[in-house]
Amino acid sequence: MSGQNQTPEKGKTEKNRTEKLMKRNTAYKKRQNLYQKIAFSLMRLAVVVTMAVLIIIIGDIILKGYPAISIGFLTQMPTNQMTEGGILPAIVGTIQLVILSLLVAVPLGIITAVYLAEYAADGKVKRIIEQAVNNLAGTPSVVFGLFGMALFVMYLGLPLSLLTASLTMGLLIMPVIIRTAQEALIAVPKEYREASAALGVTKWETIRRVILPSAFSGMITGIIISTGRAAGETAPILFTGAVFFYPRLPDSVFSPFMALSYHLFVMATESINIELTREIQYGTALVLLAIVFSMNLIAVGIRRHYKKKSFSSH
Amino acid sequence: MSKRSIRDFKEKSMKSLFFIGGITTILVLLLIFVFLFAEALNFFKTYSLIEFFTGTQWMPGASPERFGILPLLAGSVIVTAGAIIIAVPIGILSAIYIAELAGPRTAGILKPAVELLAGIPSVVLGFFGLVILVPHIQSIFNLTTGQTALTGSIILAIMALPTIISVSEDAISSVPSALKQGSFALGSNHWQTIYKVIVPASISGISAAIILGIGRAIGETMAVMMVTGNMAIIPGSDLFLSSVRTITATIALEMGEVARGTEHYFALFAIGAVLFVMTIGVNLIAEAIKRKHRLEA
Repeated sequence: MSGQNQTPEKGKTEKNRTEKLMKRNTAYKKRQNLYQKIAFSLMRLAVVVTMAVLIIIIGDIILKGYPAISIGFLTQMPTNQMTEGGILPAIVGTIQLVILSLLVAVPLGIITAVYLAEYAADGKVKRIIEQAVNNLAGTPSVVFGLFGMALFVMYLGLPLSLLTASLTMGLLIMPVIIRTAQEALIAVPKEYREASAALGVTKWETIRRVILPSAFSGMITGIIISTGRAAGETAPILFTGAVFFYPRLPDSVFSPFMALSYHLFVMATESINIELTREIQYGTALVLLAIVFSMNLIAVGIRRHYKKKSFSSH
Repeated sequence: MSKRSIRDFKEKSMKSLFFIGGITTILVLLLIFVFLFAEALNFFKTYSLIEFFTGTQWMPGASPERFGILPLLAGSVIVTAGAIIIAVPIGILSAIYIAELAGPRTAGILKPAVELLAGIPSVVLGFFGLVILVPHIQSIFNLTTGQTALTGSIILAIMALPTIISVSEDAISSVPSALKQGSFALGSNHWQTIYKVIVPASISGISAAIILGIGRAIGETMAVMMVTGNMAIIPGSDLFLSSVRTITATIALEMGEVARGTEHYFALFAIGAVLFVMTIGVNLIAEAIKRKHRLEA
């Protein structure tokens, strides 16, 4: 009797418990889904904020800089104590600075990258060099400025000039070139090296004829990105050769020079009539931004182009 | 000489050339170290080390001149802390979105956009901050000047964001999908999977991202200098709303005008050396975290 009575009762409590659990489970799921909704909205908000910041800054510079841009602004010397005229010497100075710093950084950077990717065995030396690259990449640009002045100007006695600024800037952008070149070299398939070795080709010949050509696009991307960096950095050239006013185009690497970044800084903070020259400042900022961004776009374009190519060939 | 030995000679000389090239980076780093510290040592020949590290006044023009690093250190730390408080939540949430929620097409737009943000030269950001942000800060908080630590923090946050986003996005994307699928199979929803599985699995990459962001913020010069007002005083209770001067700004502002070989000149190298040591420390911590992450994986 008692056994017969127990069974339905037991079933009932079990059913109750299951129902309770299921209820609790749906409530739990509901709650978790609510949390998910909140978290995902916060993520969307964060992305919107990031993109809004980008659009507002670029939009502001373009909208207010565009009216200042004219053929004259790009091709004339500044006149009337920098309050009128163009910014040609600053444009030319920036281009010269970029080219000269690349002459310093590209050979050194690529040699280092080849050493790290192709020659160095995994071990202490390789690790120390990689650490040094990382630390150089993290060293503040103003410290490079201090160092450049102490070494090139004070110690070696070079005049404050395009040369000293470019040497300093070259050291600053070198880590970027090393890292991207090293990545590009590592990405070259192992089979290429093996096939070349199987044909009896020596290591250096393999690097020269097989590996460097295959890694070319990746290395170019890094070089172009560092071009943008060299054009935009200001702190390293503050006391290594950039001047506010040099109304000629530099005739040798030993002459001081004007640069867009430094020009913008002085015009916006220390010039004679800051409010009056706002338009020139915005125009300078836009030209600088345009140079840096077009370099970035070219780099992205090259990367996409080669990615497609390597996909289609496989 | 046989053809073979010529070839061997060529191989060997190329190898040594690349080795010599390879160690130039070590050499450059060492030279920076030597030059900064040699000039800094000149400073401590005439100025007390204790007074330098405990001095609360930075007054190069006064007589006697005072070179206490504390107000500058306070400036750097406050501005950087503010930047990190702003940039870390936005950066990590954005990174999770790009890695986990965004489709390939959206991610294909967002990633280059983040790179574009990273590409804005600091002097342009500083200019934007000076012309647009400073007046807003001034009117919102009703201040006499909008050039404050807060303004600097906002601009620095914008500069640190791309570093934080791209490094943590890399870390999050590299979490093995098996972990994620396991979590889903246990009935977790996407958000539970993210905060209980994906974020813990990529926590060292995310921490490295934050630390690299801190390094970037501490060393930034131009943008900070243009928007923080550059008053070398230790801020009181109004902390973020007071004008501050960072170590970087001090070097940039004063090095151009100082007479070479004076105590002031050497003092600027001394604070430069402190800055260098700080950033090296930050880098080493980031490296150690990354290495630990690699070992775990």
